[in-house]
Amino acid sequence: MCKLVGFLVAVSCFGQGRPASAELIQKLDITVFADGRGLPVGKGTAAAGRAIYKSKCAVCHNDNGEGREKQYPALIGGIGTLATERSVKRVGSFWPYATTVFDYIRRSMPFDHPRTMGVDEVYAVTAFVLHLNGLVAEGMELNEKNLAAVKMPNRDGFVPDQRPDVKARR
Amino acid sequence: MKNRRRFLAFGAGVLAGCKKAPDSESGAHMRVYGERAPGETSARWILELSASPGTGSSRTPLADLYGTITPTSLHYERHHSGVPAIEASKHELVIHGLVEKPLVLTMEDIRKFPSFSRTYFMECGGNTMGEQRGNTQPDVQRSHGLLSGAEWTGVPLREVLKAVGVKPEAKWMIAEGADAGRMARSIPIEKVMDDALLAYGQNGEALRPEQGYPLRLFLPGWEGNTCVKWLHRLQFADAPAYSAKETAYYTELGKDGKAQIFTFVMEARSVITRPSGLQKIAPGFHEITGLAWTGKGRITQVEVSVDGGKTWAEAELQQPVLPLALVRFRYPWTWDGKEAVIQSRCTDETGFLQPTHEELVEVRGSNSGYHYNAIKPWRVGADGMVTHV
Ligand code: HEC
Repeated sequence: MCKLVGFLVAVSCFGQGRPASAELIQKLDITVFADGRGLPVGKGTAAAGRAIYKSKCAVCHNDNGEGREKQYPALIGGIGTLATERSVKRVGSFWPYATTVFDYIRRSMPFDHPRTMGVDEVYAVTAFVLHLNGLVAEGMELNEKNLAAVKMPNRDGFVPDQRPDVKARR
Repeated sequence: MKNRRRFLAFGAGVLAGCKKAPDSESGAHMRVYGERAPGETSARWILELSASPGTGSSRTPLADLYGTITPTSLHYERHHSGVPAIEASKHELVIHGLVEKPLVLTMEDIRKFPSFSRTYFMECGGNTMGEQRGNTQPDVQRSHGLLSGAEWTGVPLREVLKAVGVKPEAKWMIAEGADAGRMARSIPIEKVMDDALLAYGQNGEALRPEQGYPLRLFLPGWEGNTCVKWLHRLQFADAPAYSAKETAYYTELGKDGKAQIFTFVMEARSVITRPSGLQKIAPGFHEITGLAWTGKGRITQVEVSVDGGKTWAEAELQQPVLPLALVRFRYPWTWDGKEAVIQSRCTDETGFLQPTHEELVEVRGSNSGYHYNAIKPWRVGADGMVTHV
């Protein structure tokens, strides 16, 4: 609260703002952590995701995730290429966690209408994208309890900042 | 007298919307919001990545600029989901997670804190993307233009956080924007409590929409993507989110197939901005000039070579050299008209010396492209044309 005594007015008013209610936080908080915390309750299979993908994603990412010209990224391919000169960084080859795929699709996709899908639709279409990459079976149900356990091929592919790694010679 | 009148008439006539007073020698009317002279046409170069609006970048015309402050209208941009239209009076910042008192702050609340202003550089983690693979751009705007300098004003985040009480278990802060894609990045708590700024001002006025109006995070010396624009949510947590933009993007894939993650700081770098790619020079005197910067404090030295790197001489640094800000360097040169390769390299206060392309690729390979900071040589042909090497 503000105290009305000279210099202290400013100082004690800095703590302003209003308490954030649990409802407001719940509405805004869409972070999903790698261990599955933050996943909303829901479920979906790749089989169910196929139709959603066809109607909401294929226009940009192509029928089977091949991507399209003008930088509509492919959602498949690249597995096994990372250590080569022609590395291809894609969902299946590079992304370390399935939770990141879910989180990104839920917050940012479809690109032109983000956050318009229901929770079950997001699980289903995430399952379908992972299925296109050969990472989950078509009938496997993904939900808030098992999504984090889907092992991505590049889970162990990240190391902390190694810099300064380059030594210049005079 | 006649010449002077003609000049004034011209000056007044070209200013659109200003009425010309036929028999007056006084100049044009004043303007409520200034514009540059009509003949000054320097502009950003825009690269839209996809046919859907909103992904891509605009790059600063470094070769055209003086000093170290980038005019706000020419500051670089990198967007992943377009520029949202936000009303400042409706914008709120929610702080929650591992804190004692989750809070909602309006812009008015934030502006009540004591303000802090400082000049900093900002560089995209993907600046000069492509050069690591040997794909060079023809000019310095396209190659190095994801770099700008500005005075930023806001509130040190640690001051605001006193009001929420961050719990000791909080090791990361997830910053999220109110753009269409709700772009999010995880920031280590040490940076948050050090010099992180909640910025609402740039070069003396409110942020432009493209720069995150009305509020952005500013992390001095760190890759631009971490300076989350349209900031509306800060979540304190014991772990990073591993968001798409900190795993799939902005990580550095090395030769061995492993990628460095959470590579935030921009290492020391310099580049000659004049003469540079696509310019043409005549034999005789030229002042070689350019910029140097480091995310690790101060630039201590810039050297210039005009013989392809065989010999180096110290350039003059414009004083004062500010930490974490662009530094202007100058080097006098008389060009004899023979083909030459000119380049600069810098050293920062940690003793880090800017490497050559070969030295960098030897360690990192050519897979990544992020955080590429090698020396940039320009070739001056016998015809005076400057091209990339
Ligand atoms: C209007 C076009 C459009 C639609 C529709 C769309 N996307 Fe996207 N998607 C994009 C663009 C553009 C990007 C790249 C964004 C960027 O550069 O940050 C992207 C990126 C992605 C990525 C990250 C790929 C990578 O490797 O970077 C995933 C995953 C994705 N989209 C999934 C989906 C799913 C699932 C749907 C349907 C629910 C969908 N998208 C619908 C345009 C679209």
